Amino acid sequence: MANASTNIAAAGPRGPKPRRAISGRNIMIYGTLGLVALYYALPLYVMIVTSLKGMPEVRLGHIFAPPVEITFQPWVKAWAQACTGLNCDGLSRGFWNSVRILIPSVVISIAVASVNGYALVNWKFKGSETFFTILIFGSFIPYQVMLYPIVILLREMGIYGTLGGLVMVHTIFGMPILTLLFRNYFTSVPEELFKAARVDGAGFWGIYFRIMLPMSMPIFVVAIILQVTGIWNDFLFGVVFTKPDLYPMTVQLNNIVNSVQGVKEYNVNMAATMITGLVPLTVYFISGKLFVRGIAAGAVKG
Amino acid sequence: MNADNFSVQIKDLDLNFGAVKVLRGLNLDINNGEFIVLLGSSGCGKSTLLNCIAGLLEPSDGQVWIGGKNVTWDEPSQRGIGMVFQSYALYPQMTVRGNLSFGLKNARIPRDEIERRVARAAGILQIEPLLDRKPAALSGGQRQRVAIGRALVRDVDVFLFDEPLSNLDAKLRADLRVEIKRLHTQLNNTMIYVTHDQVEAMTLADRIAIMKGGKVMQYSTPDEIYNRPQNKYVADFIGSPSMNFVEGTIKGGKFTAPGLALDLKGYDFVGGKATDGAAVIGIRPEHVVTGELVSGAPFQTDVTVDIVEPMGSDTLVWADLGGAPFRIRMDGQARVHRGETMRVGLEPARASLFDVKTEERL
Repeated sequence: MANASTNIAAAGPRGPKPRRAISGRNIMIYGTLGLVALYYALPLYVMIVTSLKGMPEVRLGHIFAPPVEITFQPWVKAWAQACTGLNCDGLSRGFWNSVRILIPSVVISIAVASVNGYALVNWKFKGSETFFTILIFGSFIPYQVMLYPIVILLREMGIYGTLGGLVMVHTIFGMPILTLLFRNYFTSVPEELFKAARVDGAGFWGIYFRIMLPMSMPIFVVAIILQVTGIWNDFLFGVVFTKPDLYPMTVQLNNIVNSVQGVKEYNVNMAATMITGLVPLTVYFISGKLFVRGIAAGAVKG
Repeated sequence: MNADNFSVQIKDLDLNFGAVKVLRGLNLDINNGEFIVLLGSSGCGKSTLLNCIAGLLEPSDGQVWIGGKNVTWDEPSQRGIGMVFQSYALYPQMTVRGNLSFGLKNARIPRDEIERRVARAAGILQIEPLLDRKPAALSGGQRQRVAIGRALVRDVDVFLFDEPLSNLDAKLRADLRVEIKRLHTQLNNTMIYVTHDQVEAMTLADRIAIMKGGKVMQYSTPDEIYNRPQNKYVADFIGSPSMNFVEGTIKGGKFTAPGLALDLKGYDFVGGKATDGAAVIGIRPEHVVTGELVSGAPFQTDVTVDIVEPMGSDTLVWADLGGAPFRIRMDGQARVHRGETMRVGLEPARASLFDVKTEERL
């Protein structure tokens, strides 16, 4: 009897259930995914192909055809020679402007917002909740409403039309969402850790720099992604608060692509657009990896 | 009274969170080298009190004295305390060595002194092989040792433990409990220990403070608390299985209730003599005698067995006494069955009497 039952167990299903590689279900899933991927990748393909063609080839109108003769001239022209207004030094001017706007804006906004979030969670003061509510409410006011007041404000401060002014605007407008981000992250850090650090004699900055900061790399990466892409892609503030010499890359790109004089150089436009998009793209690629690593390193229990 | 004799003194401490009064006019004197356990069910304010002593919470009123000094306005790090938390609260990005030395570095103690103290603490707690590991690579018991070590290196007079063993499994908890006790005999400094586990409280404490609703219900030795609970709450809270309570009346030195008629001769009344009136008698299940011992008991009666819960080391019997359930703790080897009638004996001298209204001990 016992013997018979063990025989049945051996003959029956055992271990992992076998799965077929090609099944109706898999074909459906991968087929759909493939189609959708193609749909999204096609415009990029057209852009790359067009940017590598010379103007005569572009004029033929075969937008899907690969270039017969590959040329990098459009890329060079977009970077160094394309004209906007009186300047004919291409996108490079805008690129460096954008970098000079981006770096201080990202650093200052994240530094201030992370301290904000930390203080709001761990060093509650009278009215800290109200303060937080007001701050969050700020993120619901449309930017357009505040444009003109800010222009006046910057003018009165004497920094209208300078990069410093634009950096300040970016820093302030990044504050609500970043503070929320950091506050929520620091809330998840066990309160006892903070208490232990206080018993150990660490003060406001000691706890921030030596306990909280090293634990919060994942959220810093998230904040950096958010700010870099947001500030790099900004158009509105760039066009309103700076002047032509200091236009960020996005504004300059628009001026190149939308120029109404002369021939439309599609290949140069495509190349310029891609150069502009490279920075956020790179950030996604690099930080994506960092992000995963950051989460893995941060996932320490206890 | 000289404040220097006390290690920690709490004077008229109040703490309110908005309209909620968490601690109410609390007073507690703790002698040098004493092991004090703050015991109570969750929400009784015991952890809040500990946080007030540590300086992590600001009291609404009252004072905290440590080592003969009023530290009410002092920072936690200046109070001469070390604290161990329930969740260990180790700094995850630092090694064990980093965790132990963090507080000392903040206090700007010379490097060789730090090294000496870390080595000493690691030696006492036997965590030397773990010094270069990160907390993530430690087991629960090891983490708790490191957490204790972090308090140890500070070389302080008062240790505060906030339910340090609650996150560990039963076996490890028992092991570490003994180790904490050993640590106390070795270091001989004041320890204040918060727990909701009465076994921990009874085994560790020199004195227990049982708290309820932000007030201390009784503050005395484990023996006193077990044998002479000051009020019904303490009597009910301490002991597992918990005490049997029977309502009845005292008249002429006798306690009567349905199924009970006890002569109170030998009972140590608080006022010295019995006062007639309604009362509650509390009898511990383990103080009910059975078998051959019954013949020696002053009061004997028959009960019907309702439910039997064998637990190996002993057996808990739920019996029916005068129509009410009555718990009896018997030897683990005792063989009793449901529906049987059993003869039991009670000893009034080991019982506790409480006033029905005030619930205070009579």
